[in-house]
Amino acid sequence: MNAAGIADRVRMSYPEVVVSREEASVSVGRDELLAALGSFRDDPGLRLDFLSSVTATDRPGVDPRFWVVYELSSTELHHRLRVKVGVSDEDPRVPSATGLFPTADWHERETYDFFGVVFDGHPELRRILLPDDWEGWPLRKTEELGGVNTRFHGAFIPPVDRRTS
Amino acid sequence: MTADRAPSPAGEPSAASTREIRRETMLINMGPQHPSTHGVLRLLLELDGETVLSCTPIVGYLHTGIEKNTEYRTWQQGVTFVTRADYLSPFFNEVGYCLAVEKLLGIEAPPRAQVLRVLFCEMNRIASHLVWLATSGLELGAVSVMLYGFRERERILDIFEAATGLRMNHAYVRIGGVVMDLPDDGLDSIGDFLQTMPGRIDEYESLLTQNPIWIQRNLGVGRLSAKDALAVGVTGPTLRAAGPARDVRRDEPYSGYETYDFDVVTSDGADCYARYLVRIGEMRQSLRIVQQCVERLREPGPVMVEDPKVRWPAHLEVGPDGIGNSPRYITHIMEESMEALIHHFKMVTEGVSVPPGEVYVPVESPRGELGFYVVSDGGNRPYRVKMRDPSFVNLQATPQMVEGGLVADVIAVIASIDPVLGGVDR
Repeated sequence: MNAAGIADRVRMSYPEVVVSREEASVSVGRDELLAALGSFRDDPGLRLDFLSSVTATDRPGVDPRFWVVYELSSTELHHRLRVKVGVSDEDPRVPSATGLFPTADWHERETYDFFGVVFDGHPELRRILLPDDWEGWPLRKTEELGGVNTRFHGAFIPPVDRRTS
Repeated sequence: MTADRAPSPAGEPSAASTREIRRETMLINMGPQHPSTHGVLRLLLELDGETVLSCTPIVGYLHTGIEKNTEYRTWQQGVTFVTRADYLSPFFNEVGYCLAVEKLLGIEAPPRAQVLRVLFCEMNRIASHLVWLATSGLELGAVSVMLYGFRERERILDIFEAATGLRMNHAYVRIGGVVMDLPDDGLDSIGDFLQTMPGRIDEYESLLTQNPIWIQRNLGVGRLSAKDALAVGVTGPTLRAAGPARDVRRDEPYSGYETYDFDVVTSDGADCYARYLVRIGEMRQSLRIVQQCVERLREPGPVMVEDPKVRWPAHLEVGPDGIGNSPRYITHIMEESMEALIHHFKMVTEGVSVPPGEVYVPVESPRGELGFYVVSDGGNRPYRVKMRDPSFVNLQATPQMVEGGLVADVIAVIASIDPVLGGVDR
């Protein structure tokens, strides 16, 4: 099914659908996320039974600050749908999709690791790529970049966003 | 000897002492520095004798912040970052990233550039599968396969080097096309390679396919059913060896893959041996595609879009020390045209601005679905680049494949997933 067809089918239950660049995206509320993912998976016309990816984007100063993004695809029908959930800075929590898609396990751990978004109900939500004792959420836009101390006369290489040349 | 301490009639230890022994399991770390972990992968294994009770993969030792880095560089510079993630399949990283940016820009590379992308991707797939064959052969004791695999891979890398200036991390694919056309003798050297390679694959098969040791180490080892594989998100040869013919090149064609004649290789063994057969078959299919690319490349044509607001301004050539600006172009901007110099300066320092939006573009890498989720806020730098790396997701299936098996089989299973930790950790 093409993106417009998917959008029409999804719009009946979840009205906030956008088709852009031949890709369909639907925004759902945090409380209806699991129901939405489950219905897209089980709908015989969509059969979005494969979760390709979970990640997030960060827009500080905007509400919702974080958008958690799920890329669904269908192993039989070869089409895709993006599901997005907006969460606020004060309460960056979404329910875990591991019950519906076991593959979400590591994807959600990575998203937690990078953005500090908490996935409620995840079986083992801890950092995955960064060390366990790392402080901060490195892919948040507000995270300060580090530079490099050198042994050449105590010179310091500033991070890329503070370089003057 | 008292009666209650005597051995049971069958000579087995008493129930009490069995319980005593079974209670003791051993926790061992395999990796992060272990010759058979394909990089810096650490597996925490709980063993009962030789049997694996549980397995916890621990990753992140090679995390280099590639996704974050791209947010602070121009769109064009992003290519040089993503190519370093999965270092055994650099062309796939470049193609996936460039396709995503081109989709945001609403442009398409010229036909010849698309053929060159397919050509290099398929050559790269063969090279990557050869590294897999060589290393997993070595790990299971087939040292000669290791030598043969690296020998043929070296020929592919020579072709890459002649065309791009570099053996790895080529940054050859650029937004709007590829950086330059093949060298004059490029098609000839690829033709020679196409002549010899099928025989070489036969050679590997004659060494392994019927080899009793190879069969014993692989057949029935590391089973992962199609249902389980799909549930944990496994893609690529590891999934196709369990039956489903899921291949992005066929399901959601890009770069003109729908116009090439090739088969999606599958098997139903769902074990390490089936994964071996699938990858051998994929190398033969890749050769078929490369052959078709060579025929299409006989007609000349542009390899980069014409739009001066998108294309990289320089004319690059391979010099003695890698890719560099051609002397003719340097003369042009330094001595002939002030406007060309201004344009060059603006494109190099500021780069191209990409209209706001978000896209997800998957490509079929040697390890499965490599997806790029790219977000633009309209600026000259990516707002977010997320790489959905297949190695990262496929590794999740390790516990299912090794638990309950022997510790020696862990080696075969890891080899059969073919993870590249540069891609896992990014």
